[in-house]
Amino acid sequence: MDLAQPVSGIPFLITSTIKVAVMFGVVFLAVTYATLAERRVSAFIQDRLGPNRVGPFGLLQPIADGLKNLLKEESFPNSASRFYFVLGPMLAMTPALVTFAVIPFAAPLPTSWGVVDMIVADVPIGVLYILALSSLAVYGIVIGGWASNNKYAFLGGLRASAQMVSYEVALGLSLIVVLMLTGNVTLTEVVWKQQQLGLWYAFPLSLGFILFVISAFAETNRLPFDMPEAESELITGFHTEYSAIKFSMFFIAEYAHMITASALMATLFLGGWDLPGTWDNAFWYGGSLISGFDAQGSPIMATPALWKTLLTFASFVAKTGFFVLLYIWVRWTLPRFRYDQVMHLGWKILLPSALAYMMIVASTILILDQIGIIYGFTYGLVLTAVSILCTLAFVFYLDRGRIIEGAAVQKNGVIKKNPVAGN
Amino acid sequence: MVEILFYVFAAIVLGGALGVVMGRNPITSLMFMVTSLAGISGIFVLLGAHFLAAIQIMVYAGAIMVLFLFVIMLLNLGHDYQRAVRGWGIVVLGFAVTGSLGGLLAKQLKVGSQEFYNNPEAGMVIDADLLEHGAVGVIAHPLFTDYVVAFELTGILLFVTIVGAIALAKKRV
Repeated sequence: MDLAQPVSGIPFLITSTIKVAVMFGVVFLAVTYATLAERRVSAFIQDRLGPNRVGPFGLLQPIADGLKNLLKEESFPNSASRFYFVLGPMLAMTPALVTFAVIPFAAPLPTSWGVVDMIVADVPIGVLYILALSSLAVYGIVIGGWASNNKYAFLGGLRASAQMVSYEVALGLSLIVVLMLTGNVTLTEVVWKQQQLGLWYAFPLSLGFILFVISAFAETNRLPFDMPEAESELITGFHTEYSAIKFSMFFIAEYAHMITASALMATLFLGGWDLPGTWDNAFWYGGSLISGFDAQGSPIMATPALWKTLLTFASFVAKTGFFVLLYIWVRWTLPRFRYDQVMHLGWKILLPSALAYMMIVASTILILDQIGIIYGFTYGLVLTAVSILCTLAFVFYLDRGRIIEGAAVQKNGVIKKNPVAGN
Repeated sequence: MVEILFYVFAAIVLGGALGVVMGRNPITSLMFMVTSLAGISGIFVLLGAHFLAAIQIMVYAGAIMVLFLFVIMLLNLGHDYQRAVRGWGIVVLGFAVTGSLGGLLAKQLKVGSQEFYNNPEAGMVIDADLLEHGAVGVIAHPLFTDYVVAFELTGILLFVTIVGAIALAKKRV
Protein backbone atom coordinates (compact mmCIF):
# COMPACT_ATOMS: atom_id res chain seq x y z
CA MET A 1 0.00 0.00 0.00
CA ASP A 2 1.21 3.49 -0.84
CA LEU A 3 1.83 5.15 2.49
CA ALA A 4 1.83 8.70 1.15
CA GLN A 5 -1.93 8.55 0.71
CA PRO A 6 -4.51 9.97 3.10
CA VAL A 7 -6.35 7.40 5.22
CA SER A 8 -9.71 6.30 3.85
CA GLY A 9 -12.49 3.85 4.61
CA ILE A 10 -12.71 2.20 8.03
CA PRO A 11 -9.30 3.44 9.29
CA PHE A 12 -10.46 6.98 8.47
CA LEU A 13 -13.55 6.52 10.64
CA ILE A 14 -11.48 5.06 13.48
CA THR A 15 -8.82 7.79 13.37
CA SER A 16 -11.50 10.50 13.15
CA THR A 17 -13.31 9.12 16.18
CA ILE A 18 -10.05 8.98 18.11
CA LYS A 19 -9.21 12.53 17.08
CA VAL A 20 -12.61 13.84 18.17
CA ALA A 21 -12.41 12.08 21.54
CA VAL A 22 -8.82 13.14 22.20
CA MET A 23 -9.50 16.71 21.10
CA PHE A 24 -12.52 16.95 23.38
CA GLY A 25 -10.54 15.61 26.32
CA VAL A 26 -7.54 17.83 25.66
CA VAL A 27 -9.64 20.99 25.32
CA PHE A 28 -11.43 20.18 28.58
CA LEU A 29 -8.16 19.51 30.34
CA ALA A 30 -6.71 22.71 28.93
CA VAL A 31 -9.75 24.62 30.17
CA THR A 32 -9.44 23.28 33.71
CA TYR A 33 -5.75 24.03 33.83
CA ALA A 34 -6.24 27.46 32.28
CA THR A 35 -8.32 28.33 35.34
CA LEU A 36 -5.49 27.20 37.58
CA ALA A 37 -2.96 29.08 35.44
CA GLU A 38 -5.10 32.19 35.72
CA ARG A 39 -5.16 31.98 39.51
CA ARG A 40 -1.48 31.22 39.83
CA VAL A 41 -0.40 33.92 37.37
CA SER A 42 -2.69 36.51 38.92
CA ALA A 43 -1.23 35.59 42.29
CA PHE A 44 2.26 36.00 40.88
CA ILE A 45 1.38 39.41 39.42
CA GLN A 46 -0.11 40.56 42.72
CA ASP A 47 2.76 39.08 44.73
CA ARG A 48 0.68 36.35 46.36
CA LEU A 49 1.00 32.55 46.27
CA GLY A 50 -2.34 31.51 44.82
CA PRO A 51 -3.94 28.09 45.31
CA ASN A 52 -1.12 25.69 46.24
CA ARG A 53 -2.71 23.37 48.81
CA VAL A 54 -4.59 20.74 46.77
CA GLY A 55 -2.03 18.35 45.34
CA PRO A 56 1.55 19.26 44.41
CA PHE A 57 1.75 22.99 43.47
CA GLY A 58 -2.05 23.10 43.64
CA LEU A 59 -2.32 20.95 40.53
CA LEU A 60 -5.47 19.20 41.75
CA GLN A 61 -7.23 22.47 42.54
CA PRO A 62 -9.29 22.57 39.27
CA ILE A 63 -10.58 19.06 39.95
CA ALA A 64 -11.57 20.03 43.48
CA ASP A 65 -13.33 23.12 42.12
CA GLY A 66 -15.14 21.07 39.50
CA LEU A 67 -16.32 18.53 42.08
CA LYS A 68 -17.45 21.29 44.41
CA ASN A 69 -19.50 22.93 41.67
CA LEU A 70 -21.04 19.60 40.65
CA LEU A 71 -22.13 18.75 44.17
CA LYS A 72 -23.30 22.21 45.22
CA GLU A 73 -26.98 22.97 45.62
CA GLU A 74 -28.36 24.97 42.75
CA SER A 75 -30.52 28.01 43.19
CA PHE A 76 -33.37 28.87 40.87
CA PRO A 77 -34.57 32.46 40.96
CA ASN A 78 -38.33 32.46 41.53
CA SER A 79 -39.22 34.76 38.70
CA ALA A 80 -36.76 33.30 36.21
CA SER A 81 -37.95 31.82 32.95
CA ARG A 82 -37.07 28.21 33.75
CA PHE A 83 -36.52 26.82 30.24
CA TYR A 84 -34.27 29.63 29.05
CA PHE A 85 -32.48 29.74 32.38
CA VAL A 86 -31.31 26.16 31.75
CA LEU A 87 -30.78 26.71 28.02
CA GLY A 88 -28.45 29.69 28.53
CA PRO A 89 -25.36 27.85 29.84
CA MET A 90 -25.82 25.07 27.26
CA LEU A 91 -25.92 27.55 24.40
CA ALA A 92 -22.82 29.25 25.77
CA MET A 93 -20.78 26.08 26.08
CA THR A 94 -21.50 24.21 22.84
CA PRO A 95 -20.07 26.67 20.28
CA ALA A 96 -16.99 27.18 22.43
CA LEU A 97 -16.21 23.46 22.34
CA VAL A 98 -16.94 22.67 18.68
CA THR A 99 -14.99 25.51 17.08
CA PHE A 100 -11.68 23.76 17.75
CA ALA A 101 -12.52 21.15 15.11
CA VAL A 102 -11.10 23.06 12.14
CA ILE A 103 -7.76 24.07 13.66
CA PRO A 104 -4.80 21.95 12.48
CA PHE A 105 -2.65 21.12 15.49
CA ALA A 106 0.36 19.18 14.13
CA ALA A 107 2.08 17.93 10.99
CA PRO A 108 0.39 14.91 9.31
CA LEU A 109 1.09 11.62 11.07
CA PRO A 110 2.11 8.55 9.05
CA THR A 111 0.47 5.27 10.10
CA SER A 112 0.38 1.83 8.53
CA TRP A 113 -2.99 2.66 6.91
CA GLY A 114 -1.91 5.97 5.39
CA VAL A 115 -1.25 9.55 6.43
CA VAL A 116 -3.54 10.97 9.11
CA ASP A 117 -4.14 14.72 9.04
CA MET A 118 -3.80 16.25 12.48
CA ILE A 119 -7.05 18.19 12.26
CA VAL A 120 -10.49 16.98 13.27
CA ALA A 121 -12.36 18.26 10.21
CA ASP A 122 -10.67 20.08 7.34
CA VAL A 123 -13.87 21.73 6.09
CA PRO A 124 -13.55 23.85 2.94
CA ILE A 125 -14.77 26.99 4.74
CA GLY A 126 -12.20 26.70 7.53
CA VAL A 127 -12.02 29.95 9.40
CA LEU A 128 -15.54 31.00 8.39
CA TYR A 129 -16.83 28.01 10.35
CA ILE A 130 -15.14 29.39 13.46
CA LEU A 131 -16.55 32.87 12.86
CA ALA A 132 -20.04 31.49 12.25
CA LEU A 133 -20.13 29.32 15.36
CA SER A 134 -18.47 31.81 17.65
CA SER A 135 -21.04 34.39 16.56
CA LEU A 136 -23.66 32.03 18.04
CA ALA A 137 -21.92 32.01 21.42
CA VAL A 138 -23.52 35.32 22.35
CA TYR A 139 -26.97 33.68 22.56
CA GLY A 140 -25.99 31.78 25.67
CA ILE A 141 -24.96 34.95 27.46
CA VAL A 142 -27.90 37.04 26.28
CA ILE A 143 -30.54 34.37 26.92
CA GLY A 144 -28.98 33.54 30.30
CA GLY A 145 -28.98 37.20 31.30
CA TRP A 146 -32.53 37.76 30.14
CA ALA A 147 -33.97 34.58 31.66
CA SER A 148 -32.58 35.42 35.11
CA ASN A 149 -35.10 38.26 35.36
CA ASN A 150 -32.58 40.38 37.18
CA LYS A 151 -31.77 43.86 35.97
CA TYR A 152 -28.01 43.48 36.39
CA ALA A 153 -27.97 40.16 34.57
CA PHE A 154 -30.15 41.67 31.87
CA LEU A 155 -27.85 44.66 31.42
CA GLY A 156 -24.92 42.26 31.15
CA GLY A 157 -26.72 40.32 28.43
CA LEU A 158 -27.53 43.48 26.48
CA ARG A 159 -23.95 44.66 26.71
CA ALA A 160 -22.74 41.26 25.50
CA SER A 161 -24.93 41.36 22.40
CA ALA A 162 -23.94 44.90 21.45
CA GLN A 163 -20.26 44.25 22.08
CA MET A 164 -20.15 40.96 20.16
CA VAL A 165 -21.86 42.40 17.10
CA SER A 166 -19.58 45.46 17.13
CA TYR A 167 -16.30 43.63 17.46
CA GLU A 168 -17.21 40.89 15.02
CA VAL A 169 -16.95 43.53 12.30
CA ALA A 170 -13.43 44.55 13.27
CA LEU A 171 -12.46 40.91 13.77
CA GLY A 172 -13.68 39.91 10.31
CA LEU A 173 -12.04 42.88 8.61
CA SER A 174 -8.67 42.27 10.25
CA LEU A 175 -8.94 38.65 9.18
CA ILE A 176 -9.46 39.55 5.52
CA VAL A 177 -5.79 40.53 5.07
CA VAL A 178 -4.78 36.99 6.09
CA LEU A 179 -7.28 35.44 3.69
CA MET A 180 -6.11 37.75 0.88
CA LEU A 181 -2.51 36.73 1.32
CA THR A 182 -3.46 33.05 1.59
CA GLY A 183 -5.97 33.00 -1.23
CA ASN A 184 -8.20 30.53 0.58
CA VAL A 185 -10.06 30.19 3.86
CA THR A 186 -8.99 26.75 5.12
CA LEU A 187 -6.62 26.87 8.05
CA THR A 188 -4.40 24.10 6.65
CA GLU A 189 -3.75 26.35 3.68
CA VAL A 190 -3.10 29.33 5.94
CA VAL A 191 -0.37 27.30 7.65
CA TRP A 192 1.00 26.06 4.32
CA LYS A 193 1.21 29.56 2.83
CA GLN A 194 3.09 30.80 5.89
CA GLN A 195 5.55 27.95 5.39
CA GLN A 196 5.88 28.96 1.73
CA LEU A 197 6.41 32.60 2.61
CA GLY A 198 9.18 31.69 5.06
CA LEU A 199 7.65 34.25 7.43
CA TRP A 200 4.82 33.98 9.91
CA TYR A 201 2.00 36.36 9.10
CA ALA A 202 2.58 38.29 12.34
CA PHE A 203 5.42 40.07 10.48
CA PRO A 204 4.06 40.81 6.99
CA LEU A 205 0.62 41.57 8.45
CA SER A 206 1.62 43.11 11.76
CA LEU A 207 -1.20 45.65 12.01
CA GLY A 208 -3.76 42.97 11.13
CA PHE A 209 -2.27 40.88 13.93
CA ILE A 210 -2.65 43.70 16.47
CA LEU A 211 -6.21 44.50 15.42
CA PHE A 212 -7.14 40.81 15.48
CA VAL A 213 -5.75 40.30 18.97
CA ILE A 214 -7.63 43.33 20.30
CA SER A 215 -10.90 42.24 18.67
CA ALA A 216 -10.44 38.68 19.88
CA PHE A 217 -10.07 39.97 23.44
CA ALA A 218 -13.36 41.80 23.02
CA GLU A 219 -15.08 38.79 21.43
CA THR A 220 -14.10 36.51 24.29
CA ASN A 221 -15.35 39.07 26.85
CA ARG A 222 -12.03 39.16 28.64
CA LEU A 223 -10.71 42.13 30.51
CA PRO A 224 -10.28 44.95 29.56
CA PHE A 225 -13.45 44.22 27.58
CA ASP A 226 -15.48 42.22 30.12
CA MET A 227 -18.46 44.58 29.92
CA PRO A 228 -21.04 41.77 30.27
CA GLU A 229 -19.58 40.88 33.68
CA ALA A 230 -18.11 44.11 35.03
CA GLU A 231 -18.24 43.21 38.73
CA SER A 232 -17.89 46.79 39.88
CA GLU A 233 -20.97 47.87 37.94
CA LEU A 234 -23.21 44.83 37.46
CA ILE A 235 -22.42 42.50 40.41
CA THR A 236 -21.25 39.75 38.05
CA GLY A 237 -23.35 40.63 35.02
CA PHE A 238 -25.10 37.95 33.03
CA HIS A 239 -24.32 35.09 35.45
CA THR A 240 -25.36 36.90 38.62
CA GLU A 241 -28.21 34.44 39.29
CA TYR A 242 -26.31 31.33 38.30
CA SER A 243 -24.79 28.95 40.79
CA ALA A 244 -23.14 25.53 40.98
CA ILE A 245 -22.62 23.66 37.70
CA LYS A 246 -24.52 26.19 35.57
CA PHE A 247 -22.13 28.90 36.67
CA SER A 248 -19.30 26.47 35.95
CA MET A 249 -20.58 25.98 32.41
CA PHE A 250 -20.39 29.72 31.71
CA PHE A 251 -16.92 29.65 33.18
CA ILE A 252 -15.86 26.68 31.03
CA ALA A 253 -17.33 28.40 27.97
CA GLU A 254 -15.29 31.52 28.63
CA TYR A 255 -12.05 29.59 28.99
CA ALA A 256 -12.78 27.32 26.03
CA HIS A 257 -13.37 30.44 23.96
CA MET A 258 -10.13 31.87 25.17
CA ILE A 259 -8.23 28.71 24.24
CA THR A 260 -9.85 28.49 20.81
CA ALA A 261 -9.12 32.16 20.17
CA SER A 262 -5.50 31.60 21.25
CA ALA A 263 -5.16 28.60 18.95
CA LEU A 264 -6.71 30.62 16.13
CA MET A 265 -4.31 33.51 16.65
CA ALA A 266 -1.40 31.08 16.76
CA THR A 267 -2.56 29.45 13.51
CA LEU A 268 -3.35 32.64 11.63
CA PHE A 269 -0.39 34.75 12.65
CA LEU A 270 2.31 32.57 14.20
CA GLY A 271 2.32 29.75 11.65
CA GLY A 272 0.19 27.26 13.59
CA TRP A 273 2.20 24.09 14.12
CA ASP A 274 4.98 25.33 11.82
CA LEU A 275 8.56 25.43 13.06
CA PRO A 276 11.33 27.41 11.34
CA GLY A 277 12.92 25.60 8.40
CA THR A 278 11.36 23.58 5.61
CA TRP A 279 11.84 20.12 7.16
CA ASP A 280 8.35 20.00 8.66
CA ASN A 281 6.37 21.51 5.77
CA ALA A 282 3.53 19.33 4.53
CA PHE A 283 0.48 19.99 2.38
CA TRP A 284 -1.85 17.91 0.21
CA TYR A 285 -1.21 19.05 -3.34
CA GLY A 286 -2.78 17.19 -6.24
CA GLY A 287 -3.31 14.07 -4.13
CA SER A 288 0.20 13.78 -2.69
CA LEU A 289 1.85 15.19 0.38
CA ILE A 290 4.48 17.74 -0.62
CA SER A 291 6.91 19.88 1.34
CA GLY A 292 7.55 22.57 -1.26
CA PHE A 293 8.54 23.29 -4.84
CA ASP A 294 12.03 23.13 -6.35
CA ALA A 295 13.50 25.76 -8.69
CA GLN A 296 11.71 24.27 -11.70
CA GLY A 297 8.40 24.46 -9.88
CA SER A 298 7.89 20.72 -9.54
CA PRO A 299 6.73 19.52 -6.12
CA ILE A 300 9.09 17.96 -3.57
CA MET A 301 7.56 15.06 -1.66
CA ALA A 302 7.26 15.40 2.10
CA THR A 303 8.40 12.68 4.46
CA PRO A 304 6.02 12.64 7.40
CA ALA A 305 7.35 11.08 10.59
CA LEU A 306 6.18 10.55 14.14
CA TRP A 307 8.88 12.77 15.66
CA LYS A 308 7.93 15.59 13.27
CA THR A 309 4.29 15.31 14.36
CA LEU A 310 5.26 15.38 18.03
CA LEU A 311 7.65 18.33 17.61
CA THR A 312 5.13 20.38 15.62
CA PHE A 313 2.43 19.56 18.15
CA ALA A 314 4.70 20.85 20.89
CA SER A 315 5.25 24.04 18.90
CA PHE A 316 1.47 24.47 18.46
CA VAL A 317 0.89 23.98 22.19
CA ALA A 318 3.66 26.47 23.01
CA LYS A 319 2.21 29.14 20.71
CA THR A 320 -1.33 28.62 21.99
CA GLY A 321 -0.03 28.67 25.56
CA PHE A 322 1.71 31.96 24.85
CA PHE A 323 -1.57 33.58 23.84
CA VAL A 324 -3.42 32.09 26.83
CA LEU A 325 -0.72 33.58 29.04
CA LEU A 326 -1.11 36.91 27.21
CA TYR A 327 -4.84 36.84 27.95
CA ILE A 328 -4.17 36.28 31.64
CA TRP A 329 -1.36 38.80 31.75
CA VAL A 330 -3.47 41.53 30.15
CA ARG A 331 -6.41 40.75 32.43
CA TRP A 332 -4.39 41.35 35.56
CA THR A 333 -2.56 44.38 34.17
CA LEU A 334 -5.13 46.64 32.52
CA PRO A 335 -8.17 48.27 34.11
CA ARG A 336 -11.61 47.82 32.57
CA PHE A 337 -12.87 50.19 29.86
CA ARG A 338 -16.00 52.20 30.31
CA TYR A 339 -18.85 50.96 28.13
CA ASP A 340 -18.87 53.95 25.78
CA GLN A 341 -15.10 53.65 25.41
CA VAL A 342 -15.52 50.05 24.25
CA MET A 343 -18.02 51.11 21.60
CA HIS A 344 -15.85 54.07 20.59
CA LEU A 345 -12.78 51.88 20.19
CA GLY A 346 -14.64 49.27 18.18
CA TRP A 347 -16.53 51.45 15.73
CA LYS A 348 -14.41 54.59 15.43
CA ILE A 349 -10.89 53.22 15.69
CA LEU A 350 -10.62 49.50 14.97
CA LEU A 351 -13.14 49.41 12.12
CA PRO A 352 -11.71 52.31 10.03
CA SER A 353 -8.12 51.20 10.75
CA ALA A 354 -8.89 47.65 9.63
CA LEU A 355 -10.59 48.97 6.46
CA ALA A 356 -7.71 51.28 5.59
CA TYR A 357 -5.14 48.58 6.31
CA MET A 358 -7.05 46.14 4.14
CA MET A 359 -6.92 48.59 1.23
CA ILE A 360 -3.18 49.16 1.72
CA VAL A 361 -2.38 45.44 1.89
CA ALA A 362 -4.62 44.71 -1.09
CA SER A 363 -2.86 47.30 -3.24
CA THR A 364 0.57 46.11 -2.10
CA ILE A 365 -0.31 42.51 -3.01
CA LEU A 366 -1.66 43.65 -6.37
CA ILE A 367 1.49 45.67 -7.15
CA LEU A 368 3.79 42.81 -6.07
CA ASP A 369 1.86 40.36 -8.26
CA GLN A 370 1.85 42.78 -11.20
CA ILE A 371 5.61 43.39 -11.17
CA GLY A 372 6.08 39.65 -10.99
CA ILE A 373 7.66 39.00 -7.60
CA ILE A 374 7.20 35.33 -6.72
CA TYR A 375 5.41 34.47 -3.48
CA GLY A 376 8.35 33.94 -1.14
CA PHE A 377 10.69 35.62 1.31
CA THR A 378 11.21 38.89 -0.66
CA TYR A 379 7.46 39.16 -1.09
CA GLY A 380 7.08 38.83 2.67
CA LEU A 381 9.78 41.42 3.40
CA VAL A 382 8.10 44.07 1.23
CA LEU A 383 4.79 43.45 2.99
CA THR A 384 6.57 43.57 6.36
CA ALA A 385 8.00 47.01 5.54
CA VAL A 386 4.58 48.33 4.48
CA SER A 387 2.93 46.85 7.56
CA ILE A 388 5.47 48.31 9.96
CA LEU A 389 4.76 51.77 8.53
CA CYS A 390 1.01 51.15 8.98
CA THR A 391 1.51 49.90 12.53
CA LEU A 392 3.60 52.94 13.46
CA ALA A 393 0.98 55.28 11.99
CA PHE A 394 -1.75 53.42 13.89
CA VAL A 395 0.09 53.47 17.21
CA PHE A 396 0.96 57.16 16.93
CA TYR A 397 -2.61 58.02 15.95
CA LEU A 398 -3.98 56.05 18.93
CA ASP A 399 -1.43 57.61 21.23
CA ARG A 400 -1.72 61.22 20.03
CA GLY A 401 0.65 62.56 22.62
CA ARG A 402 -0.61 60.49 25.50
CA ILE A 403 1.91 57.84 26.49
CA ILE A 404 4.78 58.05 24.02
CA GLU A 405 5.04 61.83 24.15
CA GLY A 406 3.20 62.03 27.44
CA ALA A 407 6.18 62.76 29.62
CA ALA A 408 7.24 65.71 27.50
CA VAL A 409 3.70 67.07 27.46
CA GLN A 410 3.33 66.83 31.19
CA LYS A 411 6.47 68.89 31.76
CA ASN A 412 4.65 71.85 30.20
CA GLY A 413 1.76 71.20 32.52
CA VAL A 414 -0.64 70.44 29.66
CA ILE A 415 -2.39 67.07 29.74
CA LYS A 416 -4.23 66.24 26.55
CA LYS A 417 -7.54 64.45 26.56
CA ASN A 418 -7.40 60.74 25.83
CA PRO A 419 -8.62 60.29 22.24
CA VAL A 420 -10.18 56.94 23.10
CA ALA A 421 -12.31 58.45 25.83
CA GLY A 422 -13.28 61.54 23.85
CA ASN A 423 -16.95 62.24 23.23
CA MET B 1 -27.73 9.09 4.14
CA VAL B 2 -27.94 12.47 2.43
CA GLU B 3 -31.66 11.96 1.90
CA ILE B 4 -32.25 11.17 5.58
CA LEU B 5 -30.23 14.22 6.59
CA PHE B 6 -32.20 16.34 4.14
CA TYR B 7 -35.48 15.32 5.76
CA VAL B 8 -34.06 15.97 9.21
CA PHE B 9 -32.96 19.47 8.24
CA ALA B 10 -36.20 20.12 6.35
CA ALA B 11 -38.14 19.14 9.47
CA ILE B 12 -35.99 21.54 11.52
CA VAL B 13 -36.60 24.37 9.03
CA LEU B 14 -40.36 23.83 8.85
CA GLY B 15 -40.76 23.15 12.57
CA GLY B 16 -38.76 26.28 13.34
CA ALA B 17 -40.83 28.34 10.93
CA LEU B 18 -44.05 27.08 12.50
CA GLY B 19 -42.62 27.83 15.94
CA VAL B 20 -41.95 31.44 14.91
CA VAL B 21 -45.62 32.11 14.14
CA MET B 22 -47.09 29.92 16.88
CA GLY B 23 -44.79 31.04 19.71
CA ARG B 24 -46.48 33.12 22.41
CA ASN B 25 -43.30 34.73 23.65
CA PRO B 26 -41.24 36.93 21.28
CA ILE B 27 -38.02 35.37 22.58
CA THR B 28 -39.35 31.88 21.84
CA SER B 29 -40.26 32.98 18.32
CA LEU B 30 -36.79 34.37 17.86
CA MET B 31 -35.07 31.19 19.04
CA PHE B 32 -37.27 29.18 16.68
CA MET B 33 -36.21 31.48 13.86
CA VAL B 34 -32.55 30.88 14.71
CA THR B 35 -33.24 27.13 14.66
CA SER B 36 -34.92 27.46 11.30
CA LEU B 37 -31.97 29.42 9.90
CA ALA B 38 -29.57 26.80 11.22
CA GLY B 39 -31.61 24.13 9.41
CA ILE B 40 -31.38 26.07 6.15
CA SER B 41 -27.64 26.27 6.64
CA GLY B 42 -27.58 22.48 7.07
CA ILE B 43 -29.37 22.06 3.75
CA PHE B 44 -26.81 24.37 2.13
CA VAL B 45 -24.05 22.08 3.40
CA LEU B 46 -25.83 19.05 1.93
CA LEU B 47 -25.91 20.87 -1.41
CA GLY B 48 -22.16 21.50 -1.18
CA ALA B 49 -22.63 25.24 -0.73
CA HIS B 50 -20.39 25.51 2.32
CA PHE B 51 -19.77 29.21 1.96
CA LEU B 52 -23.47 30.02 1.87
CA ALA B 53 -23.98 27.83 4.93
CA ALA B 54 -21.32 29.74 6.89
CA ILE B 55 -22.62 33.11 5.77
CA GLN B 56 -26.18 32.10 6.62
CA ILE B 57 -25.15 31.40 10.21
CA MET B 58 -22.73 34.31 10.49
CA VAL B 59 -24.94 37.04 9.05
CA TYR B 60 -28.48 35.94 9.86
CA ALA B 61 -28.20 33.83 13.00
CA GLY B 62 -25.11 35.53 14.40
CA ALA B 63 -25.71 39.19 13.64
CA ILE B 64 -29.21 40.08 12.48
CA MET B 65 -30.97 37.80 14.96
CA VAL B 66 -28.78 39.09 17.79
CA LEU B 67 -29.90 42.58 16.84
CA PHE B 68 -33.54 41.39 16.89
CA LEU B 69 -32.93 39.88 20.30
CA PHE B 70 -31.45 43.17 21.47
CA VAL B 71 -34.49 45.11 20.26
CA ILE B 72 -37.03 42.64 21.68
CA MET B 73 -35.34 42.72 25.07
CA LEU B 74 -35.08 46.50 25.12
CA LEU B 75 -38.73 46.96 24.15
CA ASN B 76 -39.61 44.43 26.85
CA LEU B 77 -42.38 42.72 24.91
CA GLY B 78 -42.55 40.26 27.79
CA HIS B 79 -45.81 38.49 28.46
CA ASP B 80 -48.65 40.68 27.30
CA TYR B 81 -49.65 38.45 24.43
CA GLN B 82 -52.50 39.31 22.16
CA ARG B 83 -53.70 37.36 19.18
CA ALA B 84 -52.92 39.35 16.07
CA VAL B 85 -55.07 37.09 13.89
CA ARG B 86 -58.77 37.05 14.79
CA GLY B 87 -61.54 35.11 13.09
CA TRP B 88 -61.54 32.04 10.90
CA GLY B 89 -61.87 33.97 7.65
CA ILE B 90 -58.35 35.36 7.93
CA VAL B 91 -56.95 31.97 8.90
CA VAL B 92 -58.49 30.32 5.83
CA LEU B 93 -57.30 33.17 3.61
CA GLY B 94 -53.79 32.89 5.02
CA PHE B 95 -53.61 29.17 4.37
CA ALA B 96 -55.01 29.66 0.85
CA VAL B 97 -52.45 32.32 -0.05
CA THR B 98 -49.43 30.48 1.39
CA GLY B 99 -50.67 27.18 -0.08
CA SER B 100 -50.98 28.55 -3.59
CA LEU B 101 -47.63 30.31 -3.34
CA GLY B 102 -46.03 27.07 -2.13
CA GLY B 103 -47.69 25.14 -4.96
CA LEU B 104 -46.39 27.55 -7.57
CA LEU B 105 -42.91 27.35 -6.10
CA ALA B 106 -42.98 23.53 -6.02
CA LYS B 107 -44.13 23.39 -9.65
CA GLN B 108 -41.38 25.73 -10.78
CA LEU B 109 -38.70 23.98 -8.72
CA LYS B 110 -39.70 20.58 -10.10
CA VAL B 111 -39.13 21.77 -13.67
CA GLY B 112 -35.85 23.41 -12.71
CA SER B 113 -34.45 20.44 -10.80
CA GLN B 114 -35.41 18.01 -13.56
CA GLU B 115 -33.34 20.03 -15.99
CA PHE B 116 -30.51 19.86 -13.50
CA TYR B 117 -30.78 16.10 -13.01
CA ASN B 118 -31.07 15.49 -16.76
CA ASN B 119 -27.77 17.27 -17.26
CA PRO B 120 -25.05 14.88 -16.01
CA GLU B 121 -22.32 17.53 -16.28
CA ALA B 122 -23.96 20.03 -13.94
CA GLY B 123 -22.49 18.52 -10.78
CA MET B 124 -19.06 18.00 -12.31
CA VAL B 125 -18.85 21.63 -13.42
CA ILE B 126 -19.49 22.74 -9.85
CA ASP B 127 -16.93 20.26 -8.48
CA ALA B 128 -14.26 21.45 -10.93
CA ASP B 129 -15.05 25.06 -10.02
CA LEU B 130 -14.75 24.21 -6.33
CA LEU B 131 -11.32 22.65 -6.85
CA GLU B 132 -10.07 25.57 -8.86
CA HIS B 133 -11.32 28.52 -6.81
CA GLY B 134 -12.01 27.11 -3.33
CA ALA B 135 -15.29 27.45 -1.44
CA VAL B 136 -15.27 31.24 -1.43
CA GLY B 137 -13.88 31.69 -4.95
CA VAL B 138 -16.81 29.81 -6.48
CA ILE B 139 -19.09 32.62 -5.29
CA ALA B 140 -16.62 35.47 -5.55
CA HIS B 141 -15.49 34.83 -9.11
CA PRO B 142 -18.85 35.29 -10.88
CA LEU B 143 -19.80 37.99 -8.38
CA PHE B 144 -16.86 40.20 -9.32
CA THR B 145 -16.80 39.40 -13.04
CA ASP B 146 -20.21 38.62 -14.54
CA TYR B 147 -22.38 40.34 -11.97
CA VAL B 148 -20.08 43.13 -10.82
CA VAL B 149 -22.45 45.97 -11.79
CA ALA B 150 -25.41 44.45 -9.98
CA PHE B 151 -23.17 43.70 -7.01
CA GLU B 152 -21.83 47.23 -6.76
CA LEU B 153 -25.31 48.68 -7.21
CA THR B 154 -26.54 46.55 -4.32
CA GLY B 155 -23.65 47.87 -2.26
CA ILE B 156 -24.60 51.46 -3.09
CA LEU B 157 -28.24 50.72 -2.27
CA LEU B 158 -27.26 49.40 1.16
CA PHE B 159 -25.02 52.40 1.73
CA VAL B 160 -27.85 54.80 0.83
CA THR B 161 -30.10 52.91 3.25
CA ILE B 162 -27.59 53.31 6.06
CA VAL B 163 -27.20 57.03 5.36
CA GLY B 164 -30.97 57.37 5.33
CA ALA B 165 -31.32 55.53 8.63
CA ILE B 166 -28.70 57.74 10.25
CA ALA B 167 -30.35 60.87 8.86
CA LEU B 168 -33.69 59.77 10.32
CA ALA B 169 -32.14 58.88 13.67
CA LYS B 170 -30.35 62.23 13.94
CA LYS B 171 -33.51 64.21 13.13
CA ARG B 172 -34.96 66.11 16.06
CA VAL B 173 -38.54 65.06 16.63
